[in-house]
Order: sequence, then C-alpha cells, then structure tokens
Amino acid sequence: MTLFAFGLLLAVSLFGFLLNRQAALSIRAGGQALHSLPQFHGGFSALLIFVPAFVVLILWLTLQGNVINAMILSGLPADAMTGLESGQRQLVMAEIAQLSRGLTFGTPEDWKIAASERLITLRATSSWLMLAVLAAITAAMLVFARKRVASEFRARQGVEGIINGLMIACSVVAILTTAGIVLSLVFESARFFSMVPLSEFLFGTNWEPQIPMRADQVAGAGAFGWLPVILGTMVITTIAMLVAVPIGLFSAIYLNEFASAGVRKVAKPLLEILAGVPTVVYGFFAVLTVAPALRESASAWGIVMSPNTALAAGGVMAIMLIPFISSFADDALSAVPQSLRDGSLALGATRSETVLKVLFPAAIPGIVGGILLAMSRAIGETMIVVMAAGLIATMTINPLDSVTTVTVQIVTLLIGDTSFDNPKTLAAFALGLMLFIVTLVINVFALRIVRKYREVYD
Amino acid sequence: MTDISNHNTRWGSTKAKANLARRKRSQWVLQGLGIGALSIAFLMLFLLVSSLVSTGWQAFTQTHIKMQFAVSAEKVNPDNIAAANWRGLVQDAMVVALPGMEPDEARKMAGILSNAAQFRLRDMVVANPSLIGQTVEMTVPTSDPYDQLNKGLIDRNTPEVNRRLKDPEIAAFDTLTADGRITKPLNTALITNADSRFPELAGLKGALMGSFYALLTCFLLAFPIGIGAAIYLEEFAPKNKISDFIEININNLAAVPSVVFGLLGLAVFLNWFGMPRSAPFVGGLVLALMTLPTIIIATRAALKAVPPSIREAALGLGASRQQVVFHHVLPLAMPGILTGTIIGLAQALGETAPLLLIGMNAFITAAPGSPFDSSTALPTQIFIWADSPERGFVSRTSAAILVLLGFLVTMNAVAIYLRSRFERKW
Repeated sequence: MTLFAFGLLLAVSLFGFLLNRQAALSIRAGGQALHSLPQFHGGFSALLIFVPAFVVLILWLTLQGNVINAMILSGLPADAMTGLESGQRQLVMAEIAQLSRGLTFGTPEDWKIAASERLITLRATSSWLMLAVLAAITAAMLVFARKRVASEFRARQGVEGIINGLMIACSVVAILTTAGIVLSLVFESARFFSMVPLSEFLFGTNWEPQIPMRADQVAGAGAFGWLPVILGTMVITTIAMLVAVPIGLFSAIYLNEFASAGVRKVAKPLLEILAGVPTVVYGFFAVLTVAPALRESASAWGIVMSPNTALAAGGVMAIMLIPFISSFADDALSAVPQSLRDGSLALGATRSETVLKVLFPAAIPGIVGGILLAMSRAIGETMIVVMAAGLIATMTINPLDSVTTVTVQIVTLLIGDTSFDNPKTLAAFALGLMLFIVTLVINVFALRIVRKYREVYD
Repeated sequence: MTDISNHNTRWGSTKAKANLARRKRSQWVLQGLGIGALSIAFLMLFLLVSSLVSTGWQAFTQTHIKMQFAVSAEKVNPDNIAAANWRGLVQDAMVVALPGMEPDEARKMAGILSNAAQFRLRDMVVANPSLIGQTVEMTVPTSDPYDQLNKGLIDRNTPEVNRRLKDPEIAAFDTLTADGRITKPLNTALITNADSRFPELAGLKGALMGSFYALLTCFLLAFPIGIGAAIYLEEFAPKNKISDFIEININNLAAVPSVVFGLLGLAVFLNWFGMPRSAPFVGGLVLALMTLPTIIIATRAALKAVPPSIREAALGLGASRQQVVFHHVLPLAMPGILTGTIIGLAQALGETAPLLLIGMNAFITAAPGSPFDSSTALPTQIFIWADSPERGFVSRTSAAILVLLGFLVTMNAVAIYLRSRFERKW
C-alpha cells in the first residue's frame, strides 16, 4: 500500500507536469507570449503536487503506528492493563500484534482476539484513509496549478520560490538534529532526576546501576553517583593525551619543517589511514594484541595488571588521536607566515630554534585548539573503551587498574531490551547529557580559539 | 644565542664553538624526536595491520570433509522424511569412515562434522526423496576445533589435559586426512552465510546486507539534504544572525560524540516514533544525521572553489540566480561534492556505537530482506564476534575487519580517483 501511494504520488506529479506544460505550449501556439518557459509551468505543477503530499505521506507513516496503538490501548477492557509494568504492557501489545498476523500461541483471552481484530481493521482503515487523503491533496493541487497557467503567470519565480523553501528546510534539518539531541537528552534526564536526586548524581562516589527487575528480587538498590565514572573517563583520556600529544606534535614539526617533499608525500597519507580506521577495529586491536602484550611485559617486571587496564584502552585511543593532533598542528604551523620563518633564519637561528622559539609560539592557539578537539574526541570515544576498558566503576587513578567511562556505561546500560521507566535506562541519558555538555563546551571553546587565531594572519 | 650576539665574542674561541655545537645538537635532537614520533605511529599502523592479517587470513579458508551417507530405506520413512534420525545417519557414516575404530567410539567422532551436516543431509533428501536407499556423498564443513587443528592452531605437543582435542579425536581426524577426505577450500560461507553460533557456519551476509541498506538510507537522505543545505548557506542565505547560528550549529554537530546520536535515535526514532528495533532503516537515519555535517562542509568547500567569474558570466547572460547555481556552479562542484560524500559514507560504514544503541547487535541468523527487517551491520557484527568466546571467532573477527577495511579502502580510493581525475584548478 505504501509503495502504491508513492507510485501514485509520482504518477500524478508527472501528469501535472505534462498537463501544465502542454497548456503553456498551447498558449504559446495561440500566438501569446509566455512570461516563463513551458517547463517552468510544468515544474510548478509537479512541485506543488509532490511536496505537500509527500510531507503528509511521511508524517502519516511515522505517526500511524503510535496513533493506532493508542486507539487499541484505549479500546481494551478497563482492567486489562491495570497493575502491569511497561515491559508487560509491551508484551501484551506484541501479542496482539502477532495475533493480527495470524500467529497464535496457546489460547489467548477473548479480549486480546477482539483487540487484534480491531488492529486489523484499524490498519486497513488507516491505509485507505491515507490513500484518500493523498488523492484529495494531489487532485486539489493539480486543479489549482492548472488554473494558474496563463501567459503572464510568473511560473519560474514560483518554482524558484518553492526550491528556495526546500533548501531552507534542508538547512533547518541541522538545527532540528541539535534540537532533537538536546530535547531527548533533557527530557529523559529530567525523568531520571525525578527518580534520583540531582545532588546524588553529581556528587555521589558510588556507581552501581544494578536495580531489581521485579519487586521481590534481591539485588542492590542501585547507586547513581557519576564521579567514579567521570574519573575513569579522565584517567583514560589523560593516558591517551599524554601519549598522543607529543607524538602528534613532533611528527607535525618534523613533517612541516624538516621532511623532504617526498617523505611528506608518503607519510601524510599513511597517517591519514590511522585516522580512517573504524574505532571498533582499534577496540579489537586493544583486546587482541595490546592488552595481552602489556600484561605479559608487566608480569615480567613483577607488576600485577588488571586485564582491562586503563593503559591498554588509553594507549590504543592515543593511536587514533595521533593523526588528528598532527594534522591540526601541521595546519597551524603552515599558517604561520613565511616572513616570520625567513626573518628568524636570516638572523642566524637554526631550524630548531626557529621552530621552537618563533613558529611554535605563533602557532600555539591553533595547536591548543586541535588538542582540545582531540580531547573532546577522546572523552566521547566509545568502541575502544567498550571493548578494552572495564565495567566496574571504582574511584581510582591508577592506570594499571580497570576503570570504566561514561560512554561504556551508556552502552552497557542500553544494550539489549530497554524500557523507559526505570532509573537504570534513564541513567544512560543523564550520562549522555553530561557527555554532550562537556564535549560541547570543549568544542565551542576549541573552535573559537582556532577561528580567532586564523583571523590574525589572514 | 645571547652570548654570540655580544660583539665582543670571538668566533674562533672554544666557547663559541661549543655553543655552536650545542645548538646544532639541539637541532638533531628535535629532528630525531620527529623521526621517532613518526616511526612510532607507523609501527603502530604496521602492528595493527599485521596482527589483523596474521589472525584473519586463516578464516578465508575452511576445512571441509567429504563423507558418504547411507540413506537407507529402513531408517528414513518416505512419508515423513524430516522426522528421521538424521543425527544417527551422520554417526553411522562416521562408523563406515573409521573402520579401524570401535563403532561406539566412531559414533562419538561425528563431532568432527559441523552441526549443520545433519540438516543439510535432511534438506537434500527432503528436496529429492529418490535419494532414499542410496548413498549420498556430501562435502560439509568440519566443526571449529578440527578446523583449528587442520590449520595448525592447536598445538599437538601440549599435554592432553590442556588440549581441546584429545588423542583419539586427533587420531581419528588424522585417519580421515590420510583417506583424502579433508580439504581446505576457499571459505565462501564467510560471504554467503548469515550469522551463526557455530564459527564454522558463521558468515557476513546479514551484516553486509544490513550495512548496505543502512548506507543506502543514509545516502538517499544525507546527499540531497546536505547539498540543499550547503547550496542555500553558501549561495543564497543572507549574512545574518540566523545563518551564522546554523553554521555554528553544523560545525558543532560534526564534533558531537557518535554515541550521543545513538541516544537520539533510541529516544526519538524508537521510543517516540515507535520505529522497529535493529532495523537498518533506522540505523541509516541515525547515520544520515551524523554524515550530514560532513557532506554540508565538503559541499560548501567545493562550491566556494568555483570561481566567481563563472557566476558573473552566467548572470550576465541573463540566468536567474538559481539557474546560475544549478546549471553552472553545481555541476562544476560535483567532483568535490562526491568526494566529500564518499568519505562521509566511509565514516558512516565504520560507525558502531550509534548502531549498538538502536539494537543492531542482535543475534540474527537470516539476512534482512528489506531495510525494515532486523539485522546487524558490518561493524556491529565485528563487535558481536569479538565478544564471542569460541576460538574460531577470533580469526573470523579479523577476517570481518579485513572485509570492512577492504570496503573502506575501496571507497577512499574511488574518492581519491574522483578528486584527481575531475578536480579543476582555476
């Protein structure tokens, strides 16, 4: 039915195009001059038919599931759903949906069968209604557009106006995405903070998100203090930055000031490869190669190291960050005007003195901006830590221990089936909100530094 | 430096010479540090690739065994073929294949064959009932431990207690090898099978299809929307607070952690809109939102690179502003746009975290037939396999990573080719 609707939409649009173009051509054949070319008249009709109907169709398809579900729910016997938790409610709805597909398990209650029959009728009604609405819109637009065809009608301006509107809509998608991120995080976090006080989350030193699944189950009460989690994130980020910053900076200095053009031509793309490797691959590398190697060398020195040591996750994350830092530093060094370089060399400074005492200070804002962006990336990096770091949150800054991070907790809390009514699931959104805020602040700050600095020499 | 700028300095003095030597040394130190840093980076790249290749190449072959199964009429009822004891038939075949062993012992050796053997035999006979009463010859994969043994990954010299395969099992396998039953062909199942709990049967078909549908959705959404937004912002938008705001917004969106996009997908697409879990379509939606900033930024750069003289010439000939853009500027900028798009899609292909959050890490043994079926994607499949305890999945994970990297290298090579072939210097 959906495919048919899209087909119908395309067919009517094409028909409108041909109809209006033909009408315009016949005006021209009648000896009158046209303001706009015939294809603009056709295009005007096609766009006028397609755009509103397409929007309605998409909205209908996204919303019909929810509306039908709500109608089924309200049609159920009054006592059917009382006292059920959201997971059980979902199960009942799934059972009704399966009954409607003819899959019967055991002997369902009568009201479930009635509901499934209602579901079938509602679905059919929705499809036909959608088609009817679609037909009405397209027909109205077809007639409207056909009536506009006249020798003095400014069809090109009409078409360009619609296209302009479409392009504005495209630009707004970026804003909608940000709004969607902020709204979903804030909304779900607000529900979390209605269950767990904000002060406990921000200042608690205990993170144990295990909560009882049923009321009679024996389990921890659940503790949601994020300090050990953010501390673990900081430990891994610090390790990664300590490794990546010197390596990235020194390679940038070498490539920019010392390397021959041939070396640069080979080395830069090789570094770019490191940046293009998916993070899940780095995670596997950490588990397969780096962590065992670190553990063996540590035990050779008689040091006990946790299998999920922060060192492995941080070290591998550093490999990912090297090309990032190096390319930012490279750009910053290249942006320093040649006159500064020449001046320093002409005064008798060696190349290394020129780099360290003249170019580096001039490039420092750009380099710092790059390092900050790399840091925000390390904080938000997920797969490497999910695979290589630990799950238990402990208040430790020992890099040999196992630590957990914000992103690890988000993923482990949300993997598998999730229901949105317990603090365990919602805690992930609270962590996500914190992650978003922290990285956003760093990013805005870093982008501002980079931009400000570029303006100085341009 | 301050010493020698003093005009009393005598250039030939030992002090001045020592100073010069020190300064030259610091030059060498800095250069050495640079070379060292680069070497560490390349060493890591080398280690990464070599550890993947050294563990992964074994998974591109699979040990198979050729067996004769006697489908006797008394054991298979033609009226109800599927209900026959197919496991027993496989065990009987093992008794025939290992004449030197006690029948009871030989029956236990049916574990050499993959678990799929009995089902393949059943399906074959169900499809062709005339096989009842005949002997069917079939080549089936061996189970994972024997595959490892055949590839030399199980050390025969370790004490029997610590070995996964005991002495009689190895002896039985060696007998079968000596009979010429064991082959090691190219592992086509890696591409043609969907996921499985058994390493010898697990393949990437579901993941490849899932990634294909997700990338297709991503491309169909992000490409037109990204170009539309970029054209508007670059060519038409008035310079005011709103367009500044949109621009800052896009730059920040490009740096938002990917897991946050996963949270967005979970809360908005799955929870609010009730879209299906684990569906490549939803994965594609989330990836499209992530790829959008990349495409917009690349498109704007490509549009900016088209010289103003092109626009002025077209305007001068009477084209409208939109005609200027769509007839002249956009075609000239297309190579740059396509390059940026392919690079954005390559990033999307390797993205894992957001797909995990919308449930594309489910265990699904059938390839998706449409973008709305449950499925995994290549990176999430790698994550699942990396988490699996069976030994055979280690090399499969590496092999899957090599497949993923192969796609990424191809996409980037296409992008580089496009850039070098069509890019114009004005």
